[in-house]
Parts: sequence; C-alpha cells; structure tokens
Amino acid sequence: MNPTRSPQQLEDTITGGIGESPLRPDGVLKVRGEFAYSSDLWHEDMLWGATLRSPHPHALITGIDTAAALAVPGVHAVLTHEDVPGENVYGLKYQDTPVLAADRVRYQGEPVAILAADHPEIARQALKEIVVHYQVLEPITDPERAAHDTTLPKLHPDGNLVRYQRIVRGDPDAEADVVVSGVYEIGMQDQAFLGPESGLAIPADDGGVDLYLATQWLHVDQKQTAKALGLPLEKVRLTLSGVGGAFGGREDLSMQIHSCLLALRTGRPVKMVYNREESFFGHVHRHPAKMYYEHGATADGDLVYVRARLYFDGGAYASKTPVVVGNGTTLSVGPYNVPNAKIEGWGVYSNNPTCGAMRGLGAVQPTYAYESQMDKLAAALGMDPAELRIRNAMSEGSTNVTGQVIDFPAPVAELVQRVRDMPLPPDRRSSSVDIRELPGGASNTTHGEGVVRGVGYGVTIKNISYAEGLDDYSTARVRLEVLGGEPVAMVHTAAAEVGQGLVTLQQQIARTELGVPRVTVHPADTSVGDAGSSSASRQTYITGGAVRNACLAVAERVFARAARRLGRSPEGMALSGGKIVASDGEVLAALADILGDEAIEETREYHHRPTYPLDPETGQGDAHVQYGFSAHRAVVDVDTELGLVKVVQLDCAQDVGKAMNPDAVIAQIQGGSAQGLGLAVMEEIQVAGGKVRNPSFTDYLIPTVLDMPPMRIDVLERADPHAPYGVRGVGEPPTISATPAIANAIRAATGLDLPRVPIRPEHITGT
Amino acid sequence: MRVNVTVNGEHRQADNVWEGESLLYVLRERLGLPGSKNACEQGECGSCTVYLDGVPACACLVAAGQAEGREVRTVEGLAEGDELDPVQESFVECGAVQCGFCTPGLLVAAHDLIERTGQPSDTEIREALAGNLCRCTGYEKILDAVKHAAARKAEVSR
Repeated sequence: MNPTRSPQQLEDTITGGIGESPLRPDGVLKVRGEFAYSSDLWHEDMLWGATLRSPHPHALITGIDTAAALAVPGVHAVLTHEDVPGENVYGLKYQDTPVLAADRVRYQGEPVAILAADHPEIARQALKEIVVHYQVLEPITDPERAAHDTTLPKLHPDGNLVRYQRIVRGDPDAEADVVVSGVYEIGMQDQAFLGPESGLAIPADDGGVDLYLATQWLHVDQKQTAKALGLPLEKVRLTLSGVGGAFGGREDLSMQIHSCLLALRTGRPVKMVYNREESFFGHVHRHPAKMYYEHGATADGDLVYVRARLYFDGGAYASKTPVVVGNGTTLSVGPYNVPNAKIEGWGVYSNNPTCGAMRGLGAVQPTYAYESQMDKLAAALGMDPAELRIRNAMSEGSTNVTGQVIDFPAPVAELVQRVRDMPLPPDRRSSSVDIRELPGGASNTTHGEGVVRGVGYGVTIKNISYAEGLDDYSTARVRLEVLGGEPVAMVHTAAAEVGQGLVTLQQQIARTELGVPRVTVHPADTSVGDAGSSSASRQTYITGGAVRNACLAVAERVFARAARRLGRSPEGMALSGGKIVASDGEVLAALADILGDEAIEETREYHHRPTYPLDPETGQGDAHVQYGFSAHRAVVDVDTELGLVKVVQLDCAQDVGKAMNPDAVIAQIQGGSAQGLGLAVMEEIQVAGGKVRNPSFTDYLIPTVLDMPPMRIDVLERADPHAPYGVRGVGEPPTISATPAIANAIRAATGLDLPRVPIRPEHITGT
Repeated sequence: MRVNVTVNGEHRQADNVWEGESLLYVLRERLGLPGSKNACEQGECGSCTVYLDGVPACACLVAAGQAEGREVRTVEGLAEGDELDPVQESFVECGAVQCGFCTPGLLVAAHDLIERTGQPSDTEIREALAGNLCRCTGYEKILDAVKHAAARKAEVSR
C-alpha cells in the first residue's frame, strides 16, 4: 500500500553546476502547495494516532487503566509500555529513553500511552479516558546541583551526570596582568520548525511496516524503531516525506515508533500529527547553560589563559548531551589562541524538558559567554573590542585548546576586519525618524527619547560533522541512462532535505561531474545506504562527497566503455555537455550513444578523515575534522525606558571554503542569523519547577519580518584542502555568532552587565 | 453536518463534518487540498492563510460552518493552470522558499498586499507580512520576492 499523497521524484528542467545558484527542484511544487509534507500524507482508510503525555515532571506510575478509552466508539487501539514488542528503550547516544513510560515519568510531556481512532478529535477526547495513577515526586531542576549533589535522587541508574569532560592545556594555574570574570546564563531555545512532527505508518504484508515521515536521519530512526518493534531492519522501511524545517529538533524520535506500533496493532495505516503545543513537548530543545568564565591577558591584550566551568542541563534523557559537552568544552575558548586553559564541562540529567540537538550544537552557549568576556576584557584593557579579537585570532597553523593543529585556512582575523569595515547605518539623530523603525515599531511607544545606540561583535568557531572518533559517512547511488534519447542522471541517497537545499546541491554535483543537464533526485529512503544526519553542517561535505565519488565511479565506467568502443585509451577523457571529450577538447562520442540501452549505476561512500576521542584526563586530542568560522557585527537601538530593543543592522562575514550554491549560502547566513537574533532578545522556553509555561507560538516568540534588520554579508572562500571541493560547513556558524554580537551591542548601548540571554525588557529597565 | 463552499472557483461539498472542525481541516483532510499548512493552528504563524470572500484569513481560526456558502481561494488557486502567479514565480526565483512550509500562507498574504497596493514599500511589506512566521530564510529573500513580484505585476498590467 502506498499513501495517496507521497514524496515526489524531483525531475526538473533547471540547469546549473557547482558554484552557480540554480533554483530548487522542489520550488515550484512548494509554491503550488503540491509538495507533500509529512503532515499532508493521506491514506484512504487511515486512522489518527494520538499520545497521552505526563502532566508531571517527575512521578512514579502506579497503574494505567485503558479500558474506558478503548470503549470509546471510533477508537481502535490503546497501547502502553506493555504493548511494545521489542525493547521499550531507545536513544541516540545512550539507550535511556522509554518508548512509553513504564514505572516512572521524568519530564512533563513524557509519552505514557498512545491510541488510534477514526478522527483526530475522537483520539484527543479518548486520551482523557485513559486513567494513569501517579505518585508525584519532587523534580530535580537545578543543573549545577544535579552535577554535584550526590544526595539527590538518581534519575537514572548511574546517577544524574551524563558526561563530564575536562580540558587542561599549558599551565592551568597561569597568572595574568589583567583578569576579567563573569557568570553567564542562556535560556532554553526551541528549534520551532514550522512543520509539526508527523508521518504515516502503513502496515505491510510481510509483517513489517512502511513509515513515511519528516526526519533528519532515516537510518538512525530505522534502527531505533526496528529494535522497539522487535522486527529485523529490512521489515521497517522509511521514506522521507516533505520536511518543514528541522534545525536539530528532528534528530531524536518523536512519533516514529508510536505510529508504527499503532499501525501494526490495528492493521491499518496510522497518521500522527502533533499540534503546536504537543510539538513543544514532543521534541528536544537547546540546552540551557550556566557558565563561569575567567579570562587573563597581558597588559598588551594577549590572552594568557581561560578558565571555565560549563553546566549544560540535558533534562530527562541523554539525547545529544554527551556531544554538547564535547563540543562545548572543545570550543570553549573560541577562535582564539589561548596558551593556557582549564575547562570543565558537565552535562546532567534533570526533570526539565529533554535537551538535544539544535543548530550550533554545544557552541552557542560558550560563544555567548566567551564573546561577552572578550568585550569585558577589551573594556578592562581600554582596547577596541574588534582589535582585541583580531590580535588573538587563531589562524592556519595555530594549535587549539585540545592540542589540535589547524591544518586548513582559518581566516578569523580577516572575518572580524571585514565586518568592522562595513559601513555603519546612518546615525538616527542625523536623519528623520520614522517611528516604525524605532524600538517598539508601529506601537508608537517612543519618538526617540531615551533611545540609545550600540555596536557589538560576535565571532565563533564551530566544528563541522561528527567528532571524537565517530566514523561519519554517507552513501550515494548514481545511475546514468538514456531516457527519451537524452542522457539522464539519477541521484539516490538517504540524506534528508530539510529545507537547506541539499536536493539542489546533489543535482549540481551530478551535472558538473557527469556533464549532463538532466538530473533527477530520487526520494530519500532506507533502500539505499546510510547518509548520516542532516545536521552538524555536514551534508554538503559528506553526502556531497559521496555523490561526487559515485559520479566519478560512473564516469570511469563510461570512459572504459567508450575506450573499448573507440579503440583508444580512456586516459584524459572527460564528460561535458552530454558528450565524451578528449583532453584537447575533441568530441569523441555522444554519451547517449555510448550508454545505449545499458544504464551504468554505481554506489559509493564518502568518509571524512578520522578524528579521535579526547583524553579523559587532559581533554587533548584531534577531536574535530573541520571548523567553520563566522563573525557578526550588530547595531542596535535600545529604548532604555521600556527595555525594548530594535536590531538596526546585522552584518556577517563567513568563510565557506567553497560556495557551492552562493544564493543558498547567503540564505543560510540570513536564516541562521535570525535564529541567533531570536536567542539574543526573545526566544526562550520558560520552565518553572520542571513545567513549561509557554508551549505555543503565542508565548514562545520567534523573530518576524519586523524583527529582522537588513544584513550585509561577506562570503569568503578559503578552500579546505581536505574537504570535497574545498567546502566548509555553512549552516551553523551564523546562528552562533549573531547572538553575542547583539548582546554585546545592547551592553555597549546601555552600559549594563546583561549576563543572560535572551535579554528581556526587565533586564534593561531593572524592574 | 454538511458544508458547501466554493474553493478556487469550484463548488465543493464536505459531508459528516464535525462541528468543531476548522476550515483548515476541511480543506486539508476532506477536500484534498493540503496546500494551506497546519503549523500552529492558533492563528499565530499565518501558514494557513487563505482568501475568504477575498479577504485573507487564517483558515485554522475559521470554523468549518462559518465557511458555508462562502468563497475560498487557497494557494492551490493562485496559479492559472500551468501558469504560476508572479508572486509564486518570484518566490521560486528569489530563493524565498527553503523548507517551504510557511510559503503557502506567505504567498496569499503577499498576493493580497500587491493586489491592494500595487508597489508596496519595504515598510508596508514588513507590516503586511508580520503575521507570517518563517523559520528558515531570515525574511530577506522573501522581501526581495515580494518587491520583484510587485514590479513584475506592474509591468504586466502596463
């Protein structure tokens, strides 16, 4: 059975290779409203699934009674942990998350039971008939306490510590002329992707299940789902449907196992779609953090040491917390030369919402802290903040805090220079004021009195791809054949297009490498090898590398076949414009003639060069394969009476190694910067006593078009010699450096300390 | 209940509609028009914006019964057959579509703005689209697309 609405094969008439900016092959479908997102999937006799979630952040479950719910007309199945045929536990790094809670709930919103019904409203009403007996417990909500207080109840068998990592470099007790310190906090940010968690599970004749869904990594979902269903991998087939944004929030499972359980139990297709409130409970968020920092420098402004203690609140389950601690500590001093350091990072369990992956994973928190420190240090030294950053900027050949030598371009100083040298917006006082442009906008809250302006910088370093010894790879299948007299290439990977434009890029690579104008992209599914996750800014690098490798393998076979037919050596042959050409440009044959009726298909992997685990004692090691760098300069107007902030201009310079699709690169920088702006001034999941207070788009604010200022963007292309095409991951850095730039600009405008983001009006007005 | 509604110029009828269903649900799940999106279903994000009797509205906030006998135009009704509306074309060409989930609502809002004002200023565009959230683009390319579409429409009508 296939869904009536399902993912589309992307065939296009678009041209454009690497370095150009062809249009998205899915763009027309999307503007026509015809692109099938996971919540659009539909099957004639499908049921609707729904989830019962815990109202308590911490409680024992003493009993569950589903009889009344099952008796509701239109309800077809009600399932609890007892109905999970395989293992009732999953997880990305540690296997610690129940499919359905058994004897205990550890966060508000934890799934306890699921059911399937004829109509979503029947399903919602029936949930209320499930009776769960809870014995409510005191929640653990303070991450610093969770890290150190061994008298607290253990949320998991090994205690409340998920990971501790220490980094010691040089003399950890070094002393310096000028010392600044601060304690910084960052709130819990949400990915707030627009397309809700959703999908359609269809039971198959072989006892397996086909799941159509929105995710970031099909194969890791497949593994976890199959294990819970007690089925072999090949009986759990996943196909990517349209994904309405991800930003890390789709790395962990949400409705995957639940929808399959219901489909297998009822023998009918089951669609699950979270509403917005449920979405806030149904996915992991960015780790809130508390960070203690001390920077020491010479009187001339050279960094002597950094000492830091970082606490990351992972919430109820581990998810990506181990990686957040790894990234957070290894990136903790920023893109600066620091000879001496002592860094400690803790990731803990608590009864707060579970935190995991979000754009800028593990780098967002320390960047906000160390960039705040850099401004504080500049003030203490009487130096220009940009000058201090340039003076200490790492560069190619530098050794970072984990002892890794940077053997690729690292133009940090140039990035700072470039944003510093961009023109500033006109002075508000010298031009006529449109009150809509002031803080508060059309609400007409000020006519400019009490409004002050500030400029601030933010610079970051972010690791690209998976780290610390993981074999991070992708697989691509490329088929070249003649269709309608024309050579056509088909690219098939399991890599998730989540909005970033990977489908465009796959076509660009195939067009360039195979010299054919027509390329189709097969829907991503688990019938081809693993592609890894659409996260860590890695898909252009890794899946791009795999597509190139597969294309090269196909080309090699084309040349061998052509050589046989033409009776000459394949040496020097190339593919261009649908022809096979010699090194001197002579056309040897039409590709279509050489291919004939016989398609050529090759599957290849790309693995990045190895990385290594950190030494547990010293934190030394070549943990990361590549870094991305970006710098922002923000200009803000602040209404000091009402505490309102208007970001007037937000400029960015970023090194991308090679701009594979320049327009898409710009779009990533603009979109990423908007998320960084959100974290600086408005975005926070507010949690009190383990309970979420604002699970809606009414109360969780994300930037609108009125909040985003114009941006000047400067893209550098300093090729990384170790990466395919020289690329450097693009997606995350702009999110990371935007936040501290804005925070620093607000400090510069107001002279306030502001040790926490998001910065709220009351922080500015002191009320 | 039964709901009769004209959608994109065509008379449509939905049977067995539960009183609590929204127009959005009827469009998406009963009439086979999933173009209008279900991002927040509480009128905050604008992804489900449709024309209701020629005025943009969040379809998630319109009860199905309220649509009885009225005219709805959704994103699926913007194009004339194979020919995209200039707003649609501009969104594709200007790179204003990334994940695309916000796109249908933005297209209707932008289409309405241009119909009303012709060539809107930057500030007018920002005010008009402030009810449509986009999480991917940072809005800059959306602004480009709306300006581009307005210019293109002005050229066509000249």
